[in-house]
Amino acid sequence: MKIHEYQAKQILTKFGVTTPQGDVAYTPEEARGVAEKLGGTVVVKAQIHAGGRGKAGGVKIARNPKEAEGLAHEMLGKRLVTPQTGPEGRVVRRVLVEEGLDIARELYLGLVIDRAVARPVMMASTEGGVEIEIVAAEHPERILKEYIDPAIGFQAFQARKLAFGLGLEGALVNEAARFLAALYRAFEATDASLAEINPLVVTRDGRILALDAKMNFDDNALYRHKDIRELRDLDEEDPLEVKASNYNLSYIRLDGTVGCMVNGAGLAMATMDLIQYAGGSPANFLDVGGGANEEQVRRGFEIILSDPHVRAVLVNIFGGIMRCDIVAHGVVAAARSLGVKVPVVVRLEGTNVDLGQQILRESGLNFTVASGMKDAAEKVVALTHQN
Amino acid sequence: MAILVNEHTRLLVQGITGREGTFHTQQAVAYGTKVVAGVTPGKGGASLDGIPVFNTVQEAREKTGASASVIFVPPAFAADAIMEAADAGVPLVVAITEGIPTFDMIRVMESLEGKRTRLIGPNCPGIISPGKCKIGIMPGSIHLPGHVGVVSRSGTLTYEAVGQLTALGIGQSTCIGIGGDPIIGTTFVDALRLFNDDPETRAMVMIGEIGGAAEEEAAAFIKANVKKPVVGFIAGRTAPPGRRMGHAGAIISGGKGTARDKITALEAAGVTVAESPALIGETLKGIMNSE
Repeated sequence: MKIHEYQAKQILTKFGVTTPQGDVAYTPEEARGVAEKLGGTVVVKAQIHAGGRGKAGGVKIARNPKEAEGLAHEMLGKRLVTPQTGPEGRVVRRVLVEEGLDIARELYLGLVIDRAVARPVMMASTEGGVEIEIVAAEHPERILKEYIDPAIGFQAFQARKLAFGLGLEGALVNEAARFLAALYRAFEATDASLAEINPLVVTRDGRILALDAKMNFDDNALYRHKDIRELRDLDEEDPLEVKASNYNLSYIRLDGTVGCMVNGAGLAMATMDLIQYAGGSPANFLDVGGGANEEQVRRGFEIILSDPHVRAVLVNIFGGIMRCDIVAHGVVAAARSLGVKVPVVVRLEGTNVDLGQQILRESGLNFTVASGMKDAAEKVVALTHQN
Repeated sequence: MAILVNEHTRLLVQGITGREGTFHTQQAVAYGTKVVAGVTPGKGGASLDGIPVFNTVQEAREKTGASASVIFVPPAFAADAIMEAADAGVPLVVAITEGIPTFDMIRVMESLEGKRTRLIGPNCPGIISPGKCKIGIMPGSIHLPGHVGVVSRSGTLTYEAVGQLTALGIGQSTCIGIGGDPIIGTTFVDALRLFNDDPETRAMVMIGEIGGAAEEEAAAFIKANVKKPVVGFIAGRTAPPGRRMGHAGAIISGGKGTARDKITALEAAGVTVAESPALIGETLKGIMNSE
């Protein structure tokens, strides 16, 4: 799960990570109010779940509260297009107003899980403010790494190694060590999957602060973090994906024309690939899960058909835990209740396949029954081209 | 010969009294797996179809000599169940559970260090040596005893590949689902090493997907060590970057973990990568005919 920058900063502050003074604003008037409270020069930052905001005009400096109000007025309600939002951009609904800082150095700090070694890793780099992927590709030696033993946690010596590696000196070393330790505490305590401070800044008056902050969380652990679940911003998500998640369906909208409903994530991805291989383009990823019941299949169908670009649907079910007759009942019920207008190709395999196919054939509805994945993909792509 | 599980494997089911646990225990027994014990804390003394249920894994192991455990425990308690099995010295633990928090798995992996327990999964369909032993949720009927080793991050896509092999009359020595999570016990490299050393396995199928670098590591291992033919497939050529495709581990992040990178690495290692998921069986057949 993703959250906004200001929310990440609120969480981090609770764990002792230093962040600039500031507050979120939903209206230009509120932005002015925050700027008045802060005094002096402030920064107005558009809050969307995507990076690259600075260059896209989503981060601007205001010399006084009136300017802050004006900038917030410009940003709020507008679409911000950054390299990470796609061409459609994202509507800005809140801005963060923060104190302006006198910055001496910009550094990078990131915490992720390294899958290969099954441990968190703290990464630091002197190349702050740049996308870390670019640094990793061009200057991998400029990324310092410390792996963290989950049993003993992040140690002071590791923090010092990174601090010295960043070229920090004097009192700043201990200040950085304290900052890094707090960041790890926040990461572990919240079951985060990513905590990125880019840039981490050193001010001319000798402070270390998170100028930007990004946190993502492990979806599997959200059940034990009610406070974080409440930070979910549905405006940042595709409405169909939100609807699917309410039904516990894993759905991702794509830009093609062949809707697909598959059981299992791997087979769902492979089905998308196969549609492309057969000359079509997938409209979505949809995994109805291993134990999906008739209701879930019906909901899945409903979501696929809500996408106006879908011109044909491919149902590909390899029964493992899932029985084909249950799937067939779900498909028939959904097609009936939704009055499906597009052609539907159904491929069933596995437990009770004959019964499943019989249910489809005897439904009186216009299903194309396919045998095998290749046949199914070719049939559905041909139907898409006909329509 | 099969790897890891065979007709002598004595299986213990953790979470045997739950809905999934009970259903799949019955399926395993029907397939011929020797299910010797179940564990559900608080239900010790009960039994399921004559299988004794114990409160702890240790007691179950002492009284029944279980040599493998399968875990059908809900995600919030699954890490604890894996650690309990390892603590009791169970040599093989197969975790089916989907949705275990990543930090729980980090602690599990830490706790397994220095122990003799091998973990398969989590978030996997399990392991089967056709005709001998089935541990997990895969449909037994699609499998055929034979000489091809199958290893995969997926569940149903593995059934698809196995179904294709069986339809072509190509049997399997052992099929392992290693799981779709970012942190897993047995890796591609582990499974490929076991298949490579197994005299009865003559060829291998490995099915990967986007995310992480496990396929690239497997490619390096194959290049250096494997002489047997390997057919590969990577799911997710059409997956958009930055989106988690169902499996917790299936995400292209920061431009890393794309299907293209993995296919290139496997091909460079001499693996024949099937263009289409519908051609995995035929691709393997083609290679075995030309050998």
